[in-house]
Amino acid sequence: MSHAYRVELGEEILRVQDLKVWFPIKRDISDILLRKPQLYVHAVDGVSFNIRKREIFCLVGESGCGKTTTGKALLRLVPVHSGKAFFKPRKETLEILDAMGVKSENGFVELFGLKDSQFRPLRREIQMIYQDPYGSLNPRFRIKDVLEEVLLVHKIGSTKEERLEIIAKALEMVKLTPVEEFIDRYPHQLSGGQRQRVAIARAIIGNPSLIIADEPVSMLDVSIRAEILEVLLNLRTLLDVSFIFITHDLAVARYICDRIAVMYLGKIVELGDAREVIADPLHPYTEALIAAIPDPDPANRLKFRDLKIKGEVPNAVFIPPGCRFHPRCIYYEQHKETDKELEQLCPVVEPPLSEVKPERYVSCYRYPSIREIVKSGLPTVNKKE
Amino acid sequence: MALLEVENLRTYFYTLRGVVKAVDGVSFELEKGETLGIVGESGCGKSTLAWSLLRLVPPPGRIVGGQIRIDGKDIVGMSESEVRREIRWKRISMIFQGAMNALNPVYTVGDQIIEPLLLHTNMTKQEALERARELIEAVGLAPSILERYPHELSGGQKQRVVIAMALALKPDIVIADEPTTALDVVVQAQILNLMKKLHQEEKMSIILITHDLGVVTELSEKIAVMYAGKIVEFGRAEDIFENPLHPYTKALIRAVPRLKGDIHKLEYIPGTPPDLRSPPPGCRFAPRCPRRFEPCDKEEPPIIEYSKGHYVACWLYTKR
Repeated sequence: MSHAYRVELGEEILRVQDLKVWFPIKRDISDILLRKPQLYVHAVDGVSFNIRKREIFCLVGESGCGKTTTGKALLRLVPVHSGKAFFKPRKETLEILDAMGVKSENGFVELFGLKDSQFRPLRREIQMIYQDPYGSLNPRFRIKDVLEEVLLVHKIGSTKEERLEIIAKALEMVKLTPVEEFIDRYPHQLSGGQRQRVAIARAIIGNPSLIIADEPVSMLDVSIRAEILEVLLNLRTLLDVSFIFITHDLAVARYICDRIAVMYLGKIVELGDAREVIADPLHPYTEALIAAIPDPDPANRLKFRDLKIKGEVPNAVFIPPGCRFHPRCIYYEQHKETDKELEQLCPVVEPPLSEVKPERYVSCYRYPSIREIVKSGLPTVNKKE
Repeated sequence: MALLEVENLRTYFYTLRGVVKAVDGVSFELEKGETLGIVGESGCGKSTLAWSLLRLVPPPGRIVGGQIRIDGKDIVGMSESEVRREIRWKRISMIFQGAMNALNPVYTVGDQIIEPLLLHTNMTKQEALERARELIEAVGLAPSILERYPHELSGGQKQRVVIAMALALKPDIVIADEPTTALDVVVQAQILNLMKKLHQEEKMSIILITHDLGVVTELSEKIAVMYAGKIVEFGRAEDIFENPLHPYTKALIRAVPRLKGDIHKLEYIPGTPPDLRSPPPGCRFAPRCPRRFEPCDKEEPPIIEYSKGHYVACWLYTKR
């Protein structure tokens, strides 16, 4: 399978280790007096991955699986419970951080250990594109003000003319041309696709090295989605930028991403090359997800979809013990009678995410090598708190 | 005679900033037990069309012309009370977009399902509750749901309740307006399976309105493609997908990424749909059309039958 957009990937720029974002549930006075334990919503519950330069890395999953929270955590927009994220900024940024007394190791800085003031220079390097282009642009700002704000905050460009030139360049990169025609408009004078391009221009104007794109095409009409995807694909070679692309749409993920990570209830259950994962899913959840997607083919009308999943997504407060997917897992259901070992593993010990084929990671006891890891008691197992 | 015949239907919105021609001359027929998908992008008039069929167009919109005939009887000219008594829910009902908001939060599910039964039939409350229980089971939910409030249900459960309500009076036609848009794929597949089952068992006619080409093929025998208030192509689902004629249909199909097969470069349609207050004089797609030629800007193409049952409105296929 060939794909025109595949590019050579560079060195590693981000390494996330066991990231957890737990939101505490408010306790009222009686809960405290009765000494009820503090409960948490386990939005992100131990996620690890790495990203290379120019890579488009996808986080996919259903609503509530923690994909957006993972993205936000990297920008420190939500409080992180535990875990580490090592990020390699550009040289200039690293020098600024050095002057502030931030420790770095081989050019990597740990994002969650920084003070807010130390994180500020990094905000220029890690940018976000939001889903809703109608809500993410200030309606009282002209396009030029939207973009100039970024430059002023990060002190890019010393004169107004210089800044205007940078703005024009960014707009050209997202193909909002002729620039003069758009620069003085207000967001309400633009279509959804054009607004989203302004949002992209805002993300790239500070020359970032990582962009977190949260469902950037979900709210757009089908006929203009492809145009926005193409803009994003071009940016990575133009700017040497990497993307974390968050989406629920596996067909879009297959089209644009290098690797995908499938999330379920706060954890990555499968990770690997985007096309391989979709052509040959290894985790029962990925399999179920792919089987549920309607592909535009009139022959589908005549058959019922075989849903390889039971029940509904459980509450993220009370995560099922062992493999968090086992209560819904058809594989477990079908094989627990014949394969007695599953009953001792699936509902008891959480399966670690490990490599079962070259570059294919999955967390499921279907694979003997994962059973071996757990049985030998290696410390990769995440015990439930 | 077809069960539903829509002829030259026009629904306009009289806003302060001009007349928005949301549905502008739409005609189609629906046979008993048939499923029709209406696809189009946001603002093409597909939801307005649905509201029109129920005579529920919200002001400042109103139906300004054309006919909607159910078993040959026009409902456009009917009085509101007659529509309410004889048509709505009984002959034609609707599964609303965004089930989350279609349910009243202060009533239990049971109370909401029996309301149309009590109003439209002579059932006692006991009988109505019995029927409600049947309906709830038919959509794959436990009867205990009847005592619950909407906020206690998941998105998928709410959508099932809304479907049960639409089926309450055994209508001939059910209109489903983006029935799965807010749902996750797994739940979406469950709901589509349910609709397939109901279609097969109850022999209902379904009009499915959606922007999602994948969803539309799951259910529709026939497909109407709408653009800027008009149907530009109409035919069997196989015709539309295997042999699309209109440049808009072709572009739309090629703009969707697939899960299988080779990855082709996606195409997109440059430009934006026209302002429906002042649509272009000729073909409405002409300003964005890659195959535009001489007559397109000037004259609107008529809809013609290109091959049996496959209709298209495009000058490429019309002799002048």
